[in-house]
Amino acid sequence: MTSETLPRVRAGRTPGTESRGKGLLKHLLIIAFGFVMLYPLLWLLSSSFKPTEVIFREPSLLPSKVQFDNYTDGWTALAHPFQHYLLNSAVIAVLAIIGNLLTCSLAAYAFARVEFPLKKLWFALMLGTIMLPIHVLIVPQYVLFSKLDWINTILPLVVPKFLAHDAFFVFLMVQFIRGLPRELDEAARLDGCGHFRIYARIVMPLCLPALATSAVFTFIWTWNDFFSQLIFLTDPDKYTVPVALRSFMDAQSGTSWGPLFAMSVVALVPIFGFFLAGQRYLTRGIATTGLK
Amino acid sequence: MSPTGSTLTREPQEVAGEPRPPGRDRSTRYSQRRRDAVTGYLFLTPWLIGLVAITLGPILASLYLAFTDYSLLKPPEWIGLANFQEMLSDRRLHKSLLVTFQYVLISVPLQLLMALGLAIVLNKGIRGLGFYRSVFYLPSLLAGSVSIAILWRQIFGQEGLVNDVLAKFGIEGQSWVAHPDFALGTLILLNGWTFGAPMVIFLAGLRQIPASYYEAAAVDGAGRWTTFVHITLPLLTPIIFFNLVLQVIGAFQSFTQAFVVSGGTGGPADSTLLYTLYLYDEGFGSFHMGYASAMAWLLLAIIAALTAINFLFAKRWVFYGDE
Repeated sequence: MTSETLPRVRAGRTPGTESRGKGLLKHLLIIAFGFVMLYPLLWLLSSSFKPTEVIFREPSLLPSKVQFDNYTDGWTALAHPFQHYLLNSAVIAVLAIIGNLLTCSLAAYAFARVEFPLKKLWFALMLGTIMLPIHVLIVPQYVLFSKLDWINTILPLVVPKFLAHDAFFVFLMVQFIRGLPRELDEAARLDGCGHFRIYARIVMPLCLPALATSAVFTFIWTWNDFFSQLIFLTDPDKYTVPVALRSFMDAQSGTSWGPLFAMSVVALVPIFGFFLAGQRYLTRGIATTGLK
Repeated sequence: MSPTGSTLTREPQEVAGEPRPPGRDRSTRYSQRRRDAVTGYLFLTPWLIGLVAITLGPILASLYLAFTDYSLLKPPEWIGLANFQEMLSDRRLHKSLLVTFQYVLISVPLQLLMALGLAIVLNKGIRGLGFYRSVFYLPSLLAGSVSIAILWRQIFGQEGLVNDVLAKFGIEGQSWVAHPDFALGTLILLNGWTFGAPMVIFLAGLRQIPASYYEAAAVDGAGRWTTFVHITLPLLTPIIFFNLVLQVIGAFQSFTQAFVVSGGTGGPADSTLLYTLYLYDEGFGSFHMGYASAMAWLLLAIIAALTAINFLFAKRWVFYGDE
């Protein structure tokens, strides 16, 4: 039964465990299950190319006639053309990535490599904030941001990222930096490097996998984030993709599923892109920290 | 930041380990420690500002607001325990707690069972593991989006995909999302659909089990089932526990799907009124911010209590190899 622990064994044919036929059957079952799991997504994609009145009458996944009307209709169905909302979302996502990578890595370096008073206390506090539900903070944060006149700006969504608010990533990077050989830092110290140069020239380049994981997750979480964007962005001009989609859904009242599906697909494409490009980092990230 | 000049002049002396007069050495080391302290805090500055301004500050403010009547327009008015007393008689709150517990207690085990089952099937040296893993993981990434919630609302709607399939078997469906008995079920399925993330963690955990254990079991003539029950499962319990804690905490905070599928109401008949939906409604729909703060603390208390219970029971069933 060595095959249990050797996932990379070619074709899974460790001697005496499974016959070819049985292996094939297993693959077929897994594929069938995967197909059922992905069916809603495939159906969404296919329906986005069908006229609304056909969506519910034509069960086939392959549209009998591919047409792009849903995309052109949906794109202009809201107060602004859809690229307006895509841009709003993208600006927030890009700034969130920059903020998280910069400030989380700074904090992580301090926790992993610098000795300073009260370090253990701060580290414990940092871990404590990871599991803190956003709901405990959201009301006072809303009060604070509205006093600062930040409601309906991107600031409530972006500034926290520049203050290393996502402690998940601090933790992820601390774990990663702790795994790097200390000899490298010490050699650099002997050559006269201070902490900032060690951070920038040695540790950060070695941290690229952790940074990539953080970037991919930051993007996906920010792009999908609905709760805080719903609360902080109430002006339709400032709507991001999720909030715009939701208002689209409320407005259409069941008559134009086609365009709504088309824009839903558009909203999912960037996540799918990041998923394809960053798979390696995603699975590694979840496996080490349990992120979703 | 430590001035580079002084680092250059002093550090090599210290690390080179040449004999130095003890007084000098101590002062060098002392200044090194002080420089480290300053540097450490400089690196930590953004996080510390955030901790005070948008984490600890708001926590304290939220605790204070929980004992006040506050609507953003007037200054908060201290009302003592009135918010918590109101909770005792708030029918909608009770309903939302019931809905949330149902949601968590059904959807998390469902999700973890699927994740574990599939991880075990995939772990047995299968070709194309990476591909399958990605396929099953994809829903976890997408399910939190409004797009998927919209899709779900349609799939389980009157003219939805599910009813199309049922019609093929001659069963007449109904609008599942509009029926108080079934609407929550559609959300539970949606959370179950995100089994990919815990599955990836299970797969990583399965790889940690030493091959020698299985070899020993094989030598002893243990069958598949025996091996699974006596080796795989016990050694996997820490991972199961980890996933359980994580998913319970996550499920308690679900919001987007219920909000979008129910059109923001938690309907029909409050059957999908997850706790967070009611909290949002109180805090940002009616601007009862004092009451919403009190609700947030109740949520925190429930999550903390459940996590503590999980940890207490963990002693009974979680097996750590080094014990």
